[in-house]
Amino acid sequence: MTPPRRQRRYPAPEPPPPAKPAKGGRQKNPERLYVVAGADEDGARAALDLVTLVVARADPPPSATPEQAAVLRLCGAPLSVAELSAYLNLPFSAMTVLITELLTAELVQARAPIVRQALPDRSLLEAVMHGLQRL
Amino acid sequence: MDYNGSDTLPGPRAEDHLPHTAQAAAKIVIVGGFGVGKTTMVGSVSEIRPLTTEETMTQAGIGIDDNYGSESKTATTVAMDFGRISITDQLVLYLFGTPGQQRFWFLWNGLFEGALGAVVLVDTRRLEVSFDVMGRLEERGVPFVVAINSFPDAPSYPLPELRSALDLSEEIPMVECDVRRRASSRDVLLTLMRYLHSLTMTGSLR
Repeated sequence: MTPPRRQRRYPAPEPPPPAKPAKGGRQKNPERLYVVAGADEDGARAALDLVTLVVARADPPPSATPEQAAVLRLCGAPLSVAELSAYLNLPFSAMTVLITELLTAELVQARAPIVRQALPDRSLLEAVMHGLQRL
Repeated sequence: MDYNGSDTLPGPRAEDHLPHTAQAAAKIVIVGGFGVGKTTMVGSVSEIRPLTTEETMTQAGIGIDDNYGSESKTATTVAMDFGRISITDQLVLYLFGTPGQQRFWFLWNGLFEGALGAVVLVDTRRLEVSFDVMGRLEERGVPFVVAINSFPDAPSYPLPELRSALDLSEEIPMVECDVRRRASSRDVLLTLMRYLHSLTMTGSLR
């Protein structure tokens, strides 16, 4: 019996950079919300990843919405955005809106994920191998 | 967002809390067709009970950034099961099982950026289900290994024949596994990490 056959593919050329929004136009994009790092819209931004770790910096203030209070209660210890999404039963995009609000209010801290890089971190891979071997 | 703030909120069990020292997380993606064992694999190595995160997308929004206010279009909910392995007090590894079907590919455009690498889980009864997703990984330059999940009634091809059928280059590791077994799933992940490590030695990881 012969298995079905596949043909391999190769890396595509770099896609063109995304089009810039029209000048003065408001962005209304719920899927890709960026963290406004305590600045205006042109300030530095950090994207929230599924595995960004979120940690509460304070108890919920009286002004907190129930959703915000729930996040703050859950991330007394570090918790990924994915876990928050799962426990609160909120879609990922809704979760990023909520966390962005909390970051802006300086009620939570976000710990950026380790991502695959052009210059790979060999010691990271070695640490992961070592950790897996203990499983 | 329709969360109503009830007092019976689920949350992590006490033993599922990460230490405060947890500084960063990395992720690995497990891809494959429906029923190939992605969730079983996540569950067999995860230290937490596998969780599910969802995203709602409109069909029209696939590959397009702006799909806000498009209620008239078909909405699709995509669920991903995931698990977690604490590597050290500082480092956490997350495993995401994601559907390999074409209509879910939009997820790759954003949510899976930055994954260290991928495991392509293959069922030899439906080899062709994994073809497209492998091509997708190749196009994006995401390093992957291929794991053949051994189902009892699946045809058993010799690995060289499978390698040829999958058109895999020699350096891409291919292993047989039983994802129900923790040690076997762990070995697949180790195979991926060793492969990534070897790529750093040859400098071919882009």
